[in-house]
Amino acid sequence: MGMTMTQKILAAHAGFDKVEAGQLIEANLDMVLGNDITSPVAINEMKKMKNQTVFDKEKIALVMDHFIPNKDIKSAENCKCCRDFAREHEIVNYFDVGEMGIEHALLPEKGLVVAGDVVIGADSHTCTYGALGAFSTGGGSTDMAAAMATGKIWFKVPSALKFVLTGKPSKWVSGKDIILHIIGLIGVDGALYRSMEFVGDGIRHLSMDDRFTICNMAIEAGGKNGIFPVDEKAIAYMKEHADKPYQVYEADADAEYDAEYTIDLSTLKPTVAFPHLPENTKEVGSFGEVKIDQVVIGSCTNGRIQDIRQAAEIMKGRKVAKDVRCIVIPATQAIYLQAMREGLLEIFIEAGAVVSTPTCGPCLGGYMGILAAGERCVSTTNRNFVGRMGHVDSEVYLASPAVAAASAVTGMISCPCELGL
Amino acid sequence: MQAKGRVFKYGDNIDTDVIIPARYLNATEGTELAKHCMEDIDKEFIHKVKKGDIIVGQKNFGCGSSREHAPLAIKCAGVSCVIAETFARIFYRNAINIGMPIIECPEAARSIEDGDEVEIDFDSGMIHNVTKNESYKGQAFPPFMQKIISAGGLIHYING
Repeated sequence: MGMTMTQKILAAHAGFDKVEAGQLIEANLDMVLGNDITSPVAINEMKKMKNQTVFDKEKIALVMDHFIPNKDIKSAENCKCCRDFAREHEIVNYFDVGEMGIEHALLPEKGLVVAGDVVIGADSHTCTYGALGAFSTGGGSTDMAAAMATGKIWFKVPSALKFVLTGKPSKWVSGKDIILHIIGLIGVDGALYRSMEFVGDGIRHLSMDDRFTICNMAIEAGGKNGIFPVDEKAIAYMKEHADKPYQVYEADADAEYDAEYTIDLSTLKPTVAFPHLPENTKEVGSFGEVKIDQVVIGSCTNGRIQDIRQAAEIMKGRKVAKDVRCIVIPATQAIYLQAMREGLLEIFIEAGAVVSTPTCGPCLGGYMGILAAGERCVSTTNRNFVGRMGHVDSEVYLASPAVAAASAVTGMISCPCELGL
Repeated sequence: MQAKGRVFKYGDNIDTDVIIPARYLNATEGTELAKHCMEDIDKEFIHKVKKGDIIVGQKNFGCGSSREHAPLAIKCAGVSCVIAETFARIFYRNAINIGMPIIECPEAARSIEDGDEVEIDFDSGMIHNVTKNESYKGQAFPPFMQKIISAGGLIHYING
């Protein structure tokens, strides 16, 4: 029996010719990631260790992104803890206000993750980098502490689900709609402990930004990682962004999968996840009027340049509905600058939206867009759990940037096609 | 290693946002986080929970964020073990890494009711429901996970 793409990467990093699902291994890490929420806990754990030196100061990334620019004194102290640690240990990839971005948009953009890497991050959306053909997954702060000290971590080798994507998606169907459709299909624990491997001739129609979005939300189906084969688009992206060498792994023809799903992308429609689980998906147009109070366009899921361009295309020459607040958050400084140069920020501001510096802020109910009781938000983020964006009686509807922008204009959950687009 | 306590029972997909809401994530100390444990799903939990008590969830317990603050809040609230049909994988890792015992046991997760008195033997994975006089066989930890838990977490384990 052959190995899946994920199993091949893990075998190579554990020093084995072959691994099997269920096997416990210790893998060498190419990158260890933490943010301003999880790193302070890791740093405190590391201080309890006998060996307090980091394994490689170039293979650790500390990204201040959740509560920055700092929202209060405690979050400022957390960032200071990370900053002091980064200085003391001469961490090369420390990103603070002015050069930061939301971690999972920032690391690929800076070329810090490439195909074939094994990456652990103390953030659940670390699974994003599977778009580049890397194995990456989320862990906790103690995992991060141990990984920073030893450069290794234990994994249980996952089995896999295979998603064969065929056909070409229509104009307003993006990576977000595809992954929401899949989560609706298999449920929030449908890929529990498993890899989600995306293959098929349909993937050639998906941009890298679409693929980042799809892998980003593998965790919302319970997945350990999401991963795409490395094709010309992935190679072109890495050539543009990264200096370090990459390694291409391919699944064996006789690799074993727990289940296989074939999805014809041409049949998908813009999709929204209703409260309070990402699996509560409905196609836009299949439900009645849902009035909204706020729209958030951004996050590690959908704050990349393609997302910002799509939202701007819809909002150009239009106005945000009178009773709606629309918050646009480019995910990194580079995306912000690009959007500014392309005139996209002007479009948003003229439409009556606000544009924020990069931050995770509202996605997890931190700040910059907290909801009151009874309020509804259409958001391009990744979770719509009870109280996720504020009051326990508020509601989050997950959608693509296109649906979010159209909804901002109409004041209710809408497809761009309703605006004649 | 054993645990005994009264059960707080919850449903499917108990996520890390209800276990410890992000508005409290500017704190890092377990005792501070514990004050808000389960607040968005059960406001009474923190007032009722006693040292040694047990949480029982159903499918996909601990789904969502990687915040280790979630198992830490549960541990520091005095909970001795979480039993569930299945756990979200990052929560599972985090619980083990901080030395917080958890057991997967679909039968126990279904049969045990809120308020039941339950005893757990971690070495065998046996769960005994004192109130109903029933026993359930949970999954015992593989030896290396037992070592991590009995060392008090991954860091102490690495320190030897």
